[in-house]
Amino acid sequence: MSQHPEETAPAAPVSSPAGVTPDLQTLIEASVDDRVSQALAGLEGKVEDALKRLGEVEENQLTDRCTIVVFSGDFDRLFAAFIIANGAAAMGMEVSIFFTFWGLTAIKKQTIYAGKSVPEKMISMMLPGGPRTVGTSRMNMMGIGPAFFKSLMKKHNVEKLEDLVELAKDMDVRLVACQMSMGIMGISKDELLDDIEYGGVGAYLGDAGDSRMTLFI
Amino acid sequence: MADVTLDCSGLNCPIPIVKTSKAIKKLDSGQTIEVLATDPAFEADINAWAKRLKHTIVEFGAPSQGTLRALIQKR
Repeated sequence: MSQHPEETAPAAPVSSPAGVTPDLQTLIEASVDDRVSQALAGLEGKVEDALKRLGEVEENQLTDRCTIVVFSGDFDRLFAAFIIANGAAAMGMEVSIFFTFWGLTAIKKQTIYAGKSVPEKMISMMLPGGPRTVGTSRMNMMGIGPAFFKSLMKKHNVEKLEDLVELAKDMDVRLVACQMSMGIMGISKDELLDDIEYGGVGAYLGDAGDSRMTLFI
Repeated sequence: MADVTLDCSGLNCPIPIVKTSKAIKKLDSGQTIEVLATDPAFEADINAWAKRLKHTIVEFGAPSQGTLRALIQKR
């Protein structure tokens, strides 16, 4: 028997071994064709399914993004947040920071009293005016702590917090202010840095949901 | 010799990698940048940075006490 019958006789049917009648030959061929087409149909279905799933996976792939919630208004915590944000931007990541509650202080440029209610004025009076005047989470000692840390940081040539905020903007870090916190504390857009974004928890979750990394500081 | 030299002496984490990433953007693929730094975290940081962004650290050393030098080739 030839190893490659189709090479010797391409159009002719496979030569029947002795003892196989033409009827039986036809039956065998029909049954083989049937099984092959059944197997192929199953495979095609699986390939289609796999391609569909691949599409879904690609759609849900995590973005190379770092999302940070800055809740704290403490000097040391803000400092850590901005060091990480700038570092992540340098590492080629997309970075967005959501400032909520006390964290809004980090992106304040001025305090405006005009047009505020009495409780809002009181909050404004008690809160720091911006990143230059925030207190530390520990060893604040009525403002002696931050002055002490700042002198140490200057000695070690570490960037100032306000410079790290500017650097973050320069590195295309997205700064997003939480509008609900702004409303509660009576902080207006005019009191915050220019060229920032505004949003709510939806904006944060939309970004964080497909981020590789998310931090709460 | 490197195409560009960047001196980050006296600067602290994360400024050396921030400045390096800004500087390397101006280079063409295959060009090199020499970075000098005194930040003690520089070796670990620049290695992680290069690995992530797929640049090559061609040379790394300490030319003098406390100064680190990296020669990086842009991918």
